Amino acid sequence: MLLAIDTSAGTSVAVVDRDAGVLAELSTDDTRRHAEVIGPFIAQALEQADVTAQRLSAVAVGTGPGPFTGLRVGLAAARAFAFGAGKPVVHVVSHDAIAATLTAPALVVTDARRRELYWTAYDGLDADGLPIRVDGPGLAKPDELPTGRERHDAATVSAAALGLLAEATWAAGRDFASSEPLYLRSPDVTISAATTGGRRVTQ
Amino acid sequence: MSAPIVLGIETSCDETGVGIVRGTELLANVIASSMDEHARYGGVVPEVAARAHLEALTPTLTEALERADVTLADIDAVAVTSGPGLAGALMVGVGAAKALALSLGKPLYAVNHLVGHVGADVLSEEELELPTVALLVSGGHTSLLLVRDLIDDVELLGETIDDAAGEAFDKVARLLGLGYPGGPAIDRAAADGDPTAIRFPRGLTQPKDLERHRYDFSFSGLKTAVARWVEKRQDAGEDVPVADVAAGFREAVVDVLTQKAIAACTDLGVPRLLLGGGVVANRRLREVAQERADAAGVALRIPPLDLCTDNGAMIAALGAQLAAAGRAPSGLDFAADSTLPVTTVQV
Repeated sequence: MLLAIDTSAGTSVAVVDRDAGVLAELSTDDTRRHAEVIGPFIAQALEQADVTAQRLSAVAVGTGPGPFTGLRVGLAAARAFAFGAGKPVVHVVSHDAIAATLTAPALVVTDARRRELYWTAYDGLDADGLPIRVDGPGLAKPDELPTGRERHDAATVSAAALGLLAEATWAAGRDFASSEPLYLRSPDVTISAATTGGRRVTQ
Repeated sequence: MSAPIVLGIETSCDETGVGIVRGTELLANVIASSMDEHARYGGVVPEVAARAHLEALTPTLTEALERADVTLADIDAVAVTSGPGLAGALMVGVGAAKALALSLGKPLYAVNHLVGHVGADVLSEEELELPTVALLVSGGHTSLLLVRDLIDDVELLGETIDDAAGEAFDKVARLLGLGYPGGPAIDRAAADGDPTAIRFPRGLTQPKDLERHRYDFSFSGLKTAVARWVEKRQDAGEDVPVADVAAGFREAVVDVLTQKAIAACTDLGVPRLLLGGGVVANRRLREVAQERADAAGVALRIPPLDLCTDNGAMIAALGAQLAAAGRAPSGLDFAADSTLPVTTVQV
């Protein structure tokens, strides 16, 4: 049984079980309130599923791609919850959770803000039912997205889908994703002022 | 029954702090700083700081428990800074603290970072006497508070209307080519300088400014004045006396900070002044504050330096005060508030 968390788009928290399926899921597509809702969502998911932290085998979390601030809330919460419960964290590429239901080749697309999009290309599912990621994740302007696959836009990433994918990944004995957050953008900084000593104040 | 053991998480700026206290007893104070990563930019970059918090989170928690020699099962409550600070940085701590409290099944207290700086003092040997004036000076804040009660009655007397004092140190260090962080760099350069050689302006100390901004600060004009002075020298093809500029600048900052803090004590009839914030590491500030406090009959308190800079122990200490006073926990749906007013001690 897993607690699953994804904050790469909105906020989604679920409790899933390999045999019993989805025991609870709470989601919102609000992209501005990750830090607020993460607490109540975890509490309600555990309550609705009627499980304690101790009964979980791990915490699954989406690593993005996603806008930094929100993405980090889910990762921080997953790591802290797992730390407190003494359980491992397993990582899943958030787009994989969307692709897990797509049997035909598809380009999964989510909002990256600043008029850009995150994309990942998939070629259906493999024999274990896991999505075949063939390119990406990447960041692109809307008119520069890779072509050749049917575009599949998503406003939310379901933590239940992510959790079930984590269960399937485990059952198939496959590797989980890297723990590295998929920000796909550098921090916004210019180092010119710092290295040159700053602008003159007198002209 | 012994006092509650509280674990505090602080991520409002560039230090990931986890502290553990038992009531007013300090058990651990572990800080992971991303300062080195900001050095190449000459100042704190919010996104760099927030990324570093996420990476430092679990290692810092682990180390704090080890140092405190307690287990997770011993923790009675969790406390976290919910503001003020950098929004993206705060959200890492808030998200983590909510999840940690839930997995432990323990109450969570969301507290004010600035009041936390005052709260740090309950961890010192001598009991904190109230009311007290508190001067909090860091890279992000320059605030003068009147604390009548740590958890109930904190008033903002004044604050900077532009740059924080620590920010001014960083900017002036950068224009003098002294490196980052600016405080220690200016201190080193000023060691051989004459603080009276160049008199830089003291912001908001003119009579007309004092009417409206008696306890407010301004360091932006000072920074510009230093830049102009330096550029004039350079334009004339003369060497810049870096030591004297650094000493003169530092003296101007220290003069205004201490003058206004002592004035608040005198005006309000509160003979106690508490210093907090990273800039307290500046030796000249501590010296002048002591001289002026002595002259004014004000008792000066300065917590140990590792409790002056941003840290989780002060947040744990404030959380422990709230818990001991029987305050209800903060619930789970509070937000990170980058501009949380100092009058809100607990969210």
